[in-house]
Amino acid sequence: MKQLMIGNKAVARGLYEGGIKFVSSYPGTPSTEITEFLAKYDEVKSEWAPNEKVATEAAFGASLAGARSACAMKHVGLNVAADPLFTLSYTGVNAGMVICVADDPAMHSSQNEQDYRHYAIAAKVPMLEPSNSQEAYEFSKAAFDISEKFDTAVLLRMCTRVAHSQSVVDTAERVEIPNKPYVKNGAKYIMMPANAIKRHVVVEDRMKALREYAETCPFNRVEMGGTEIGIITSGTSYQYVKEVFGERSSVLKIGMPNPLPEKLILDFAKKVKTLYVIEELEPIIETHCRNLGLNPIGKEKFSILGEFSQQTISAAFNLPEKPSVKADTVAPARPPMMCAGCPHRGIYYVLSKNKITVLGDIGCYTLGAQPPLSAVDYTLCMGASVSGIHGFLKASEKDAQKKTVAVIGDSTFMHSGITGLVNVAYNGSNSTVIILDNSITGMTGHQQNPTTGYNIKGDPAGKVDLEALCRAIGIRRVRVVDPYDLKACEAAVKEELEADEPSVIISRRPCVLLKYVKTAPALKVNKEKCRACKKCMSLGCPAVSFKNGKAHIDATLCVGCEVCGKLCPFDAIEKGDTL
Amino acid sequence: MTTNIMIVGVGGQGSLLASKLLGAVLLSEGYDVKVSEVHGMSQRGGSVETYVRFGEKVYSPIITEGEADYILSFEKLEAARWAAYLKQGGEIIVNTQEIDPMPVIIGKAEYPTSILEELKTKGVKIEAIDALSAAEKAGSVKAVNVVLLARLAKRFAIPYGKWIEAIENTVAPKFVEMNKKAFELGYNL
Repeated sequence: MKQLMIGNKAVARGLYEGGIKFVSSYPGTPSTEITEFLAKYDEVKSEWAPNEKVATEAAFGASLAGARSACAMKHVGLNVAADPLFTLSYTGVNAGMVICVADDPAMHSSQNEQDYRHYAIAAKVPMLEPSNSQEAYEFSKAAFDISEKFDTAVLLRMCTRVAHSQSVVDTAERVEIPNKPYVKNGAKYIMMPANAIKRHVVVEDRMKALREYAETCPFNRVEMGGTEIGIITSGTSYQYVKEVFGERSSVLKIGMPNPLPEKLILDFAKKVKTLYVIEELEPIIETHCRNLGLNPIGKEKFSILGEFSQQTISAAFNLPEKPSVKADTVAPARPPMMCAGCPHRGIYYVLSKNKITVLGDIGCYTLGAQPPLSAVDYTLCMGASVSGIHGFLKASEKDAQKKTVAVIGDSTFMHSGITGLVNVAYNGSNSTVIILDNSITGMTGHQQNPTTGYNIKGDPAGKVDLEALCRAIGIRRVRVVDPYDLKACEAAVKEELEADEPSVIISRRPCVLLKYVKTAPALKVNKEKCRACKKCMSLGCPAVSFKNGKAHIDATLCVGCEVCGKLCPFDAIEKGDTL
Repeated sequence: MTTNIMIVGVGGQGSLLASKLLGAVLLSEGYDVKVSEVHGMSQRGGSVETYVRFGEKVYSPIITEGEADYILSFEKLEAARWAAYLKQGGEIIVNTQEIDPMPVIIGKAEYPTSILEELKTKGVKIEAIDALSAAEKAGSVKAVNVVLLARLAKRFAIPYGKWIEAIENTVAPKFVEMNKKAFELGYNL
């Protein structure tokens, strides 16, 4: 049946038809929907794990037990899961295992644009790379067979444009694969030195066999056209190349970027006059070509930065530009921002007002860095707020502890904030950690996590008691505030900063976009009372603006949280009519 | 020949549903279709763009400057932001609603109110409509997306019933009637 699917849905469909029985993932744009779509199939045990390392190890456990399994994450998630990745390369698998990871060239929703193909090479694990949804579907399905044939996990490389583009997929039926028996095999699965030394030999032999396989792998294909220009390309770049050149150039399309098909590349190079390598991000294929003695045109013409398009390719080949019209007036930027009624806004307002140094973390609340609040001093990676504040305070004058906090979301705290807090308690820094508990994983589009009490299917599940957890770690000062209550927030922040021991403030209120959250009618500005002091606008709420010399509240955006009203010195912001 | 449509607006305005309906109708008409959108960070009130391309065979999932046959803009300023993507002879269909971006809200920039007129003087074909009022008439301000989609639908020789069928198959049952009404109002504006 032909359907339009985003690449991530196609991956889920391919894995499903390939007989997957278990998936464990941590959400991360642009990979999240793979697991969300798998969770719709009753035959697949689907889970959100606390982080990508746990997810990868859980999927490995399922493979060991004999069930086809997968995990999914974004590129930076693989950094967290790198530890199991490198050694499960040595152990190999029992049933097939697919690790789906999405790169994010141009950083649409990421903190870096690392090219994780480096991991496939370093960990010596085969990698497949689709260029549209049909391939995402086919490659995912085939990945299980490759995994079992070569006794290794397989990396499936997605990127934003493949993951989030819809194209046509022709689907089939699921194949039920019986579980493989689990057989105890210490030499294969216990990676202590004596065994690992022998397994490294197996890894090298496997790479040799995979290099042979790559030569005939149907996912690497030559499309001969004009021979003046020969282009080696992969992933979404292939689509841009075809858009520009059609049949006018020859293309070697790489669907398996690790290991690369050396003979195929050398043979293709011989058939064309000028050889190009067009790949986003790092020169992985290009460097390999150079190692083979070829001299392709690559990164000298096609940037290492950002993502490509048909325009990038046309420009590099000096093809004529398409005429277009530009307005002379520059449109003001429209950056993403915290939603109207966002519970993070209140606490950030307090931090910004008191000029607190804020070590931030990864999530919606990173948007607290945007003006006018401009409340965040740094964001590095998941969990780095809590770990970072410890080192920051250890190296600072004692006064710093009275004006520095770490902020971290509930899901991010579960992911990798806990260990940082253990370090705070154990090595004794006077840190103040604010957990922004909005009862959901927000930025990636509302996924459940261990603090919400629900699992991926929305069924009741184990629920971490954040207060008890922090106390168990050794933090004695743990308190909860409502971020809509600005006075309580300010008092809590001031008191905990003054305290002579580490503390945790849990700023608790569910994300305003959650379906179960009841919002109030939009507020109104009493134009008579408004003195145009613009105090309400210091919150950076998208619903509050300034029109005709007075504050104005947009009724289509306002959810009646009343935080702006609490700031108004003239009581000019009034409750709206009931809905 | 590939036809290129850009749907632009502000995160949260419902461009995802518009592109979903459009994709479903075009697929049922037998075209090769690609729809590209970016999720995540950009949803939070930021500027969002969706690319819809259809034809006999479509390669790239995205549209670049000078390529769009139509820009369907859910907000006035966004039409101007993406105008350079329009090809010569292309058309902008724009909702006259103004949503202030943060630099305007905090007084660092002015909302450029005459930006559409400026584009018109440069020869750009523009249809400006009050989709918000039509959506309100249909029963929800959220139906701006379907009102605008209906304006675009008028440009294609695709039977009216196909669009209604897509709404019935895509939208949650309790919102079907409201969206059908919004489509009708948009179509007959």
